Amino acid sequence: MSAHNIPPPGMVEKRGNSLWLSHLLMITGVLIVFFPIWLAFVASTVTQAEITQPPMPLLPGDHLIENYSRALTAGVNVPVATMLLNSLIMAIGIALGKIAISLLSAFAIVYFRFPGRTTFFWLIFLTLMLPVEVRIVPTYEVVAGFGMLNSYSGLIFPLIASATATFLFRQFFMTIPDELAEAARVDGARPMQFFVDIVLPMSRTNIAALFVILFIYGWNQYLWPLLITTDPSMNTIVMGIKQMFPSGDDTADWPVIMATSILAMIPPVIVVISMQKLFIRGLVDSEK
Amino acid sequence: MEKRVTFKGWKLPLLLVFPQLLISVVFFFYPAGQAIWQSLFVADPFGLSTQFVGLGNFEFLFSDKYYRASFTTTAIFSILVTIASLVPALLLAVIADRLIKGATVYRTLLIWPYAVAPAIAGVLWLFMFNTRVGVISWYLGQLGYDWNHVLNDQEAMGLVVVASAWGRISYNFLFFFAALQAVPKSIIEAAAIDGARFWRRFFNMVLPLISPTLFFLLVVNIVYAFFETFGVIHTITSGGPQQATTILVYKVFSDGFVGQDLGSSAAQSVVLLVVVGIMTVVQFKYLEKRVHY
Repeated sequence: MSAHNIPPPGMVEKRGNSLWLSHLLMITGVLIVFFPIWLAFVASTVTQAEITQPPMPLLPGDHLIENYSRALTAGVNVPVATMLLNSLIMAIGIALGKIAISLLSAFAIVYFRFPGRTTFFWLIFLTLMLPVEVRIVPTYEVVAGFGMLNSYSGLIFPLIASATATFLFRQFFMTIPDELAEAARVDGARPMQFFVDIVLPMSRTNIAALFVILFIYGWNQYLWPLLITTDPSMNTIVMGIKQMFPSGDDTADWPVIMATSILAMIPPVIVVISMQKLFIRGLVDSEK
Repeated sequence: MEKRVTFKGWKLPLLLVFPQLLISVVFFFYPAGQAIWQSLFVADPFGLSTQFVGLGNFEFLFSDKYYRASFTTTAIFSILVTIASLVPALLLAVIADRLIKGATVYRTLLIWPYAVAPAIAGVLWLFMFNTRVGVISWYLGQLGYDWNHVLNDQEAMGLVVVASAWGRISYNFLFFFAALQAVPKSIIEAAAIDGARFWRRFFNMVLPLISPTLFFLLVVNIVYAFFETFGVIHTITSGGPQQATTILVYKVFSDGFVGQDLGSSAAQSVVLLVVVGIMTVVQFKYLEKRVHY
């Protein structure tokens, strides 16, 4: 994964021109990939008039503070600050909830022999297969039946019913040396003491990596919040943006919508960039 | 694989698995069972009574030309999204792999779009191609091309494909780059000394070596296109024009929540369940192969 194991230059490729060409191609690629984000940023710093008379400028204007404060405090249906808070609660709730229940059940599966263990294992294996998108109508009815529409628990619980994290922790626990459990048993430590003192500290990196992945998963949810938050004050930012477009022929408030788009991508981007190593590790672990 | 050292007792482990079991049963198994059950009934227009129809919903579903069209649409959409996200990612990864300095800087820059939600990606691309204010549609207009994805099927499909593939380029790049970095440089150098040109080396040696990653990404991207692109479709086209971009997952939503046809929506869920099952089997067949290798 790191660039350190590469042989000295000149062995494989001619350098000089071909090197510059490679950099040129990479920069072009990065610019193309980046362009949509740049354009959204520019749109969030200009006036509505500049956008509705195409072509809009390609360099930032000087209405940044005005547009962002208008989005955060007023928004269209509800202040974007409220939607940001809802998204934050949902994303953290999903990440922590999934990690907590998975740690416990993975510990049980790996360190105990109990009746129904195999059945349980296969039951959670099945949950890997069915994304929430497929079972939306009946899941909606369950949540509505519990009176959890327009609530944080309604946003969070149905999305932590999946087994990826359990499998990941199970795999990791299998690599913890048996000697540690043996020693703990000889010392007369109770299972939960072993869990708290040995297993949890050893799982720190895995927990962090998984947190990054699950935070982004939770933050970027769209369909589920769209279904169960009919009250604008419970909207999450990712699903709320679509609600900011007017129905019919009215012109959308582009500067505010684009400022909201930028605000919606800042938290996950910060998480990904600042924890890049953990993030890549989490990705590779959780997919393979 | 089992642990040799385990703790005694059965009450504690049952207590430990209870939270996950409870959540899985309430929010997963019960709804999934409901989907299967509901798919066997039709409700009257007022929702007052339901009638058992056996496989009637499925028969009706597969004789419905819109549903069959949705299958074709989904197939075309997933193939296009997979190609449009794999090819640029592989190309960028191959170039980045040749660089000694700066490769990780490019990686940091390219990770960004992965963090952008599909629904936000939809809004960004919609903005660029908006028929009234879009920058790209305006420049296309200057060149004499009249872009209108609101009316034109193919343009709508093209736009949702590009918007869906965009964020995946980052993801695929990360995996390709990691795989390429793991290819033993000595093999490549030996071939280079033997005089094999870059592209010949690439197709004859590098590509077979990274083929497990390629296959993995193929499956993962198809699964993504099937199930995680709802946000893109909903923000950009809402399945239109004339259902030209209504993929299967979008149809479950539009029939179940907008059309209120629960029986049909449930039957569609069951069909999708089978599709997911097949994909999971394929994925695990591949995983098994990886473990042996």
